[in-house]
Amino acid sequence: MSDDILFDLKGVSKKFVKGKDTITVFDGLDMSIARGDFLAIMGPSGSGKTTLLNMLGGVDQPTGGEIWFDGSRIDSLSENQLAAWRANNIGFIFQFYNLMPMLNAERNVELPLLLTKLSRSQRKKNIAAALELVSLSDRARHMPAEMSGGQQQRVAIARALVSDPKLMLCDEPTGDLDRETADEILSMLQLLNREYDKTIVMVTHDPEAAKYAKRTLHLDKGVFVEKDLAA
Amino acid sequence: MAGFFSQIWTVIVMNILSLPRRAWMSLAAVFAVAVVVAVLLAFLAMAKGFEKTLAGTGSDKVAIVTRVGSQSELNSVLGRDTVNNLTTAPGIAPDADGNPIYSSELFVIVDGIKRNSQTQANIPMRGIFLEGFDLRENLTIVEGRAFESGRNEIVVGKGVQQQFEGFDVGAEIRFGKTAWQVVGVFSTGGSAFESELWADAPTVQSQFQRGSSFQTVRLLLANADDVTPIKEFIDNDPTLNLDVQTEADYFASQGEALNGIAIFGWAISIVMGLGALAGALNTMYTSVAARAQETATLRAIGFSNTSAFAGTLAESMVLSIVGGIVGAFAAWLFFDGFSASTLGATFTQVVFSFELTPELFANGIQLALAIGFIGGFFPAWRSARVPVVTAFQGVE
Repeated sequence: MSDDILFDLKGVSKKFVKGKDTITVFDGLDMSIARGDFLAIMGPSGSGKTTLLNMLGGVDQPTGGEIWFDGSRIDSLSENQLAAWRANNIGFIFQFYNLMPMLNAERNVELPLLLTKLSRSQRKKNIAAALELVSLSDRARHMPAEMSGGQQQRVAIARALVSDPKLMLCDEPTGDLDRETADEILSMLQLLNREYDKTIVMVTHDPEAAKYAKRTLHLDKGVFVEKDLAA
Repeated sequence: MAGFFSQIWTVIVMNILSLPRRAWMSLAAVFAVAVVVAVLLAFLAMAKGFEKTLAGTGSDKVAIVTRVGSQSELNSVLGRDTVNNLTTAPGIAPDADGNPIYSSELFVIVDGIKRNSQTQANIPMRGIFLEGFDLRENLTIVEGRAFESGRNEIVVGKGVQQQFEGFDVGAEIRFGKTAWQVVGVFSTGGSAFESELWADAPTVQSQFQRGSSFQTVRLLLANADDVTPIKEFIDNDPTLNLDVQTEADYFASQGEALNGIAIFGWAISIVMGLGALAGALNTMYTSVAARAQETATLRAIGFSNTSAFAGTLAESMVLSIVGGIVGAFAAWLFFDGFSASTLGATFTQVVFSFELTPELFANGIQLALAIGFIGGFFPAWRSARVPVVTAFQGVE
């Protein structure tokens, strides 16, 4: 595997059993994601894009094939091993932000750092840097309910990047935002990709959002159709 | 390892902080546990108070002699000859003139009207000589005076006066065809004697057609807790069919018959506890469902299953501890020192006070913790085992 390849999926299959029926989402899917890529995955509902994202994030397991990440096979790891792997390598951004409503912004951002051995003072520095990057330093003590959708998503981005993961996985990150705010968020992701060399995989329905990515894969019934939309 | 504990602590704190979002359901769980603990503590306080009253009644310096086979003072009979013979036994403390110190007593049952329920209940009436007063520890006449020999006068125990109507000093009260004058109130420091009426022994024998018989003899022991010489004396005289034991032993054995109060209290509390447990399980399953997305998000970030488990269990335990404390406080507020009476072994009313000790509080909190642990364990297990993807989909 090339050093430039961060993710490598080999013959991945994913099947669900529902009653007497077996639903096949993927059957022998091959895919590679290079370091520093910003990949948008589009497709109609039921095409398997969220399932793919979940498998890339180690929260769902394939029923066949292999998934390699940075030279290590992850599809055979136990649940606890996968949790530790996610803590070290993955930053998640969700459509509905998934902030903890009882914690303020900086405490939300701190969550991934609690899984590290960083000291309290070092954690504080990292939190401040992450919040500054998303231009929310002045909202550090605000609760999620006191912030707009765009601000909450920026907190979620700060949370995803605060532990400096190799990969950021975004599930419809602008699906709950207006156009203007969505563009702000997407610009921020683009900045993280270009300036901070973050590898980003984003699932979206929105063609405008996909334009911010370096490339877009169209998924239909578990099969990719690649179109290069990068400017 | 530091990360392991900090993530568990974080999840516990988050779960506790999120309780206000499930305020009513959480309050219902707290209330259920509080009721169970309050009921348990009420029963245990009752048993404790009863036990303490009986334990405080007997002295190890006094021997009590009853007829063989009689289980209590009530069904014992001793003739005057027997009493006279018995008082020649060795091991009895003498007075200044060298005469044995003893008290022959009889025991009849009269009726009284309870203040709180207005129902009739039995009250023990003891025929006693004034010398018998010296064989009771902590005896004081707190109001009025002692009865006079040969007169229809009674002194009433403090407990009787509190629980029954018509026993104020100066009042006249009728038992059957005889009228008695209440001339005083006595206290024995909360012991069971306070549940009795005392009157002159020959007068009671006369008014209740008891001839010259008594029911018990109390003997002041030459050596505390040593009834052996008296027992040997009785064993060596075939005309004396008597049992002898210290007064302390006598009342302790009377109290054992009522240990059932505590057992009944535990039994009813466990049955109620099962109801509270069902409530706790329901609350915690609801809580787990309400926090499914938060739990899934944390696990996606990299938090362990253990932290999800610990957080749910801690939430359940906190609710139960709060319920336990509320229940214990309510029990203390309503029952500690609460005066009540119940049937003693002689089918008469024994007046006693509920007593909540630190040990009983600990029992209540332990029960609450048990409910919290069991009520939280299974929902916590579910919280930890539901796949992240399933939790995100909100499908159980």
